[in-house]
Parts: sequence; structure tokens; C-alpha cells
Amino acid sequence: MLDKTGIAKRIAKEIKDGYYVNLGIGIPTLVANYIPEGINVVLQSENGLLGMGPFPFDGEEDPDLINAGKQTITTLPGSAIFDSAMSFGMIRSQKVDLTILGAMEVSENGDIANWKIPGKMVKGMGGAMDLVASAKNIIVAMQHVNKAGESKLLPECSLPLTGVNCVKKIVTELAVLEVAAEGGFRLLERAPGVSIEDIRNATSGKLIIEGEIPEMQI
Amino acid sequence: MINKVVANADEAIRDIESGMTLMLGGFGLCGIPENCINALVEKGVNQLTCISNNAGVDDFGIGLMLKKRQVKKMVSSYVGENAEFERQLLSGELEVELIPQGTLATRCMAAGYGMPAIFTPAGVGTEVAEGKEVRNFNGKDYLMEMAFDADFAIVKAWKGDTAGNLIFRSTARNFNPVMAMAGKITIAEVEQLVEIGELDPDQIHTPGIYVHRIFQGKNYEKRIEQRTVR
Repeated sequence: MLDKTGIAKRIAKEIKDGYYVNLGIGIPTLVANYIPEGINVVLQSENGLLGMGPFPFDGEEDPDLINAGKQTITTLPGSAIFDSAMSFGMIRSQKVDLTILGAMEVSENGDIANWKIPGKMVKGMGGAMDLVASAKNIIVAMQHVNKAGESKLLPECSLPLTGVNCVKKIVTELAVLEVAAEGGFRLLERAPGVSIEDIRNATSGKLIIEGEIPEMQI
Repeated sequence: MINKVVANADEAIRDIESGMTLMLGGFGLCGIPENCINALVEKGVNQLTCISNNAGVDDFGIGLMLKKRQVKKMVSSYVGENAEFERQLLSGELEVELIPQGTLATRCMAAGYGMPAIFTPAGVGTEVAEGKEVRNFNGKDYLMEMAFDADFAIVKAWKGDTAGNLIFRSTARNFNPVMAMAGKITIAEVEQLVEIGELDPDQIHTPGIYVHRIFQGKNYEKRIEQRTVR
């Protein structure tokens, strides 16, 4: 079974040289720490920055320079800054190669719910709906089951949707799965020490198992 | 040339009245028009509709206007980090329209470009699509979203000249240039107001034609919401 760092490390292997990548808040943010040596990626922050650098050193914070999570950050050589309309223009026109975000639920046809729980204070979708509606490749980083132990990989989402038919791949503490074109979660890899039975028990949507399922290499 | 320069925030917002629709630039607390917000709080106009990506925090930014019950409706993409906001929302005192961030930016852009509506895939198949026209282009569904219609746009820039040309700094740019283009009347507060000729025409982000009033702001607090260091 993987911890959050393990999930981030496994997702980092999906990133190819030259990619422009948008990272959501939470586990996705950690992915930036594990990008393999020799792979150059440009991180997009939807508040208007390409080429997001690390957090500043203490005392060097600039209130005018933040990421989409409102954290102080830095730029890098080659960074570019633009307004919010252009930021979502590059997202909508699929210039961003990969979007990695968290989710509360994913359905077997690739629907995602991650912005609203009825009855609770709703904070808003931010840029998530724009990202999932347009991204050419979306990887979801999340726990396989919720705090109540219920599967988050479902036949249909029960929470209000963020986007339909958009998730391509899911990395959890138990497995790597892809959303099959015909519907269903195709099991690609098992986390170290996790059996197919464990994954089956934690997945309430249709699980597709074809041939030998290898263990993840991290 | 028409004189666009006003003395201060009070003069800039002199004819903003209760019940109007305002656009306010900024992302979180970054690049918000601090001086004008304080002047609006002082003036006490209410029943405002505010189009702004966020709603400030309890004691800063639009949060100050919420505290004085000046806002009737917020149009935003994300409104966390504000307890008073939450209280007013749950008690029904405040109306909130949550819209995707890219839709928010592009509805501003549409207004500034003179286009009545835009088509975006954001929100298709979700509750955001309820009641909206869906059009299919090349096999993909898009929602029709209308350009905003705001009485005033209030933005904050780093530098501006007396002709209203604006330059923003770093990610404090965010929604400011698109909102500047979108107001019937646009007010710009700047950290440095310079004479015409001092800004390089090639470096200008917002041409002065979009800006009706400009003033040199003061006492910028530039609060950091999430101070994060290495």
C-alpha cells in the first residue's frame, strides 16, 4: 500500500520531458518533488504563471507572486506571467499536456466529482471545471476509499459532478487504473503488497482485469 | 485630453451607488484594489453585486464589505477562507453565484472585446449547465455564457500613467486586465502614477482607452494569505 508520497512518486513517472503540467491542490502538489532527473516540465498555475518555481526562502516572499493555492512561490528562468483569461485560454485550447487533480469520486465512465458535498459549506469549483472539461490527459490522485471506508471508484458518482467523461487514469494507494473506453476501471498495476482481491473489495464500479497485473515500480 | 487623474479613492468611487454591479480585480488577496475597497466601506453603499474571483478574508479585501453587509450578491469561483461569508450564506443574507474560474475570466474578456456571449465546455453535464443553452461544435458540447455587464470595474495595477495605460506586476495581474476592459466605467488604482511618455508603449498591458479614472494609491498592505517558504 502506498502513502501520499508514494502516490505522488508513481504519478511523477507519467510525466514526459517537455510537458506543460497543471497540478491541483493536495497530493498533486507533491508530484513536483518527484519529477525524474533529466525530465523538464513546466508547471502551470492557473492564476497566471507558467514555470512555477519552488517556495521562496524565508524573508524572500513576494505578496505579488502566488500560486493558485494562494501560497507564496517563485519564478524560474523562462517563466511567463499572463492574465486569467489567457491562462484558461491555454487550458481550453489543450496546450497544457497533463492535469493532475484530486477527487472525491470517479465513475467508471470517467466522470469526476470533487467540488461540492450537499449540505456542507460549498467553497466553489475554482478552475477545476475548466480544467477537467478541456484537458487532454487527466490523472486523478486520490485514496481508493473515503473516510467511511466506502469506495470512491463507482458505477456512477453520487456527488454533484465537476465534469463528465474526462478522467483517463487514477492512481490510489492500492492501484493504478485507467478508465476503459467501453466503461469500467481497467487495472494496470497493484501497489506493493496489495492483492487483486484487496483492489476488488475497494472498488464498487466495474473492475476490468486482463492477464497478469504487475506490481508498481516506484 | 480628458483628465483621468483623480486625487484619491473617494473621488474615484464618488458616483458608485447602492444596488450597482462592480467588478473587482485580484486573486485571493493578490492584486486587489485595496484603496477603493476601503473607500467603499467608508462610503457605506450597499446592495452591491460583486464580481470577483474570491471574496477576501474576514478582515481584509471584500471581507470588509461583507462585514458591513454591503454585498447583496457575490459572483465568484472560490469563496473559502471567510467565516463571515459562510455565516451570511448559510443564513440566506447573501446570494452567491459560483461559476468556473475560466468562465468568470472569459465572461469579462467577452465584455471587453464587445462580444455578447462565449461558448465554453466548462460545466457541461454539471449543475452549472442548468438553464443554459448547450451547443454542439465538432462533436463536443459547449455552454453559452453571457458577457458580464458591470457598472464599474475596479482594478489595481503596479504602474500607470496619466493617460490610463497600465502595467501589472507578477501574478498580481490575474483578473485585473480583463476586468479593466469590461467595466462601463473602469477605475484603476496604481502603486506608481507617472507622466505620459514614461512607460514604454511595448510594455503596456492595458491600454488607457479602457481606463476612465486613475489615481495613485497609498498605504498598500499587500497581505499574504498563505505564506509558504522552503
